[in-house]
Amino acid sequence: MYKRQIVLPGVGHFAAFVAGLRERNLTEPLRAAFQAGVPILGICLGLQAMFASSEEAPGDKGLGFFPEEVRALPTNVKSPHIGWNQVRRTQASVLLRGIPDDAYFYFAHSFAAPASAEPTVAACDHGFPFSAVIERGNLRGVQFHPEKSGETGAQVLRNFVESIQ
Amino acid sequence: MTLARRIIPCLDVDAGRVVKGIEFEGLRDMGDPAELGARYNREGADELVVLDISASVQGRATFLETIRRVAEQLNIPLTAGGGIRKMEDGRAVLRAGADKVTVNTAAVERPELISELSQQFGAQAVVLSLDVKRKGDSWEAYTRGGRDATGLDAAEWAAEAVSRGAGEILVTSIDRDGTCSGFDCELTAKIAATVPVPVIASGGASTFEDFLSVYTDGCADAALAASIFHQETRSISALKKFLAERGVPIRLSR
Repeated sequence: MYKRQIVLPGVGHFAAFVAGLRERNLTEPLRAAFQAGVPILGICLGLQAMFASSEEAPGDKGLGFFPEEVRALPTNVKSPHIGWNQVRRTQASVLLRGIPDDAYFYFAHSFAAPASAEPTVAACDHGFPFSAVIERGNLRGVQFHPEKSGETGAQVLRNFVESIQ
Repeated sequence: MTLARRIIPCLDVDAGRVVKGIEFEGLRDMGDPAELGARYNREGADELVVLDISASVQGRATFLETIRRVAEQLNIPLTAGGGIRKMEDGRAVLRAGADKVTVNTAAVERPELISELSQQFGAQAVVLSLDVKRKGDSWEAYTRGGRDATGLDAAEWAAEAVSRGAGEILVTSIDRDGTCSGFDCELTAKIAATVPVPVIASGGASTFEDFLSVYTDGCADAALAASIFHQETRSISALKKFLAERGVPIRLSR
């Protein structure tokens, strides 16, 4: 039997995402779940929404689990950042258990939290070093798409489920 | 940390079967899309493209079913298109399991379609499919499966599509398509120098060297091919090994 867990998936626009949560009355239940220690996995925009705000939607508030702002990828690199890129640990990581550093994952995004963000445990680089994996307490997040990242991505999802049994 | 160059097999689908055309005319049956998709997923493809080349009204439901069947086989991204006329067509394709949708003819007729799709689903989900023929020193965009000339300069149209929210450009050389004479590297280099989004090269792939050229001389972020993979004359894993040995950043399956 698995414990209750939440996956926040998503591609799309930061403003539409937080508005969608609000319209469905999910913002407060998510905050309550966070406070209650329910494991939450944010994927792509789902990870970004855990931060306070995003340059994609100035004036819109994220869930604010972390204080940093999500930033636009700089103009000196191709954006969106689409394709398979490498991820390297900056700290020990539960989600990357059994996966070597510099393994490839599939990314599709134009915004990212800086790697200096406090919950970062693994980083990628495209224009600036950004947060590829975050872990803190019951919160987990990946900027890449584990569901589209082949066997390596499947391992990340397995690690998430196994870490909360 | 390096963004890998992608290898993308393409399935041209008509009435639920993979077919291969020669210069947009004449079709050969190449097999079942779900079976081929599963094989490419296993062999290390970085992404899969499925195009509806029938684009008829009755073909639409069949195509959505094909997307569902193919998506079930994959744990890599899936791009689908062909006959996308309006927002709801795009939504149906994404709901069926595709991650990105390609647009061509309808976007030329009504460029707002790109803006609408991009605002709704994000730039990363919108791919402009650009079918072009060389015209002197430049290239002209074509619609309706390569039948109609638009009068649009390919690079200018690509730039407009990106400004409207297209997140990738899939550029196909009609001159090279199905001819096995290699990618048009000048074409992809021109588009890549014009737009700030990834460029997928298509049309003419035959040898491993063709791929090497399109990533180096052609500045392509990804390369798409169909027949050379379908016929199992070239395996994706062998191609990736060839490219990696020559210094191209490639994702090798573990």
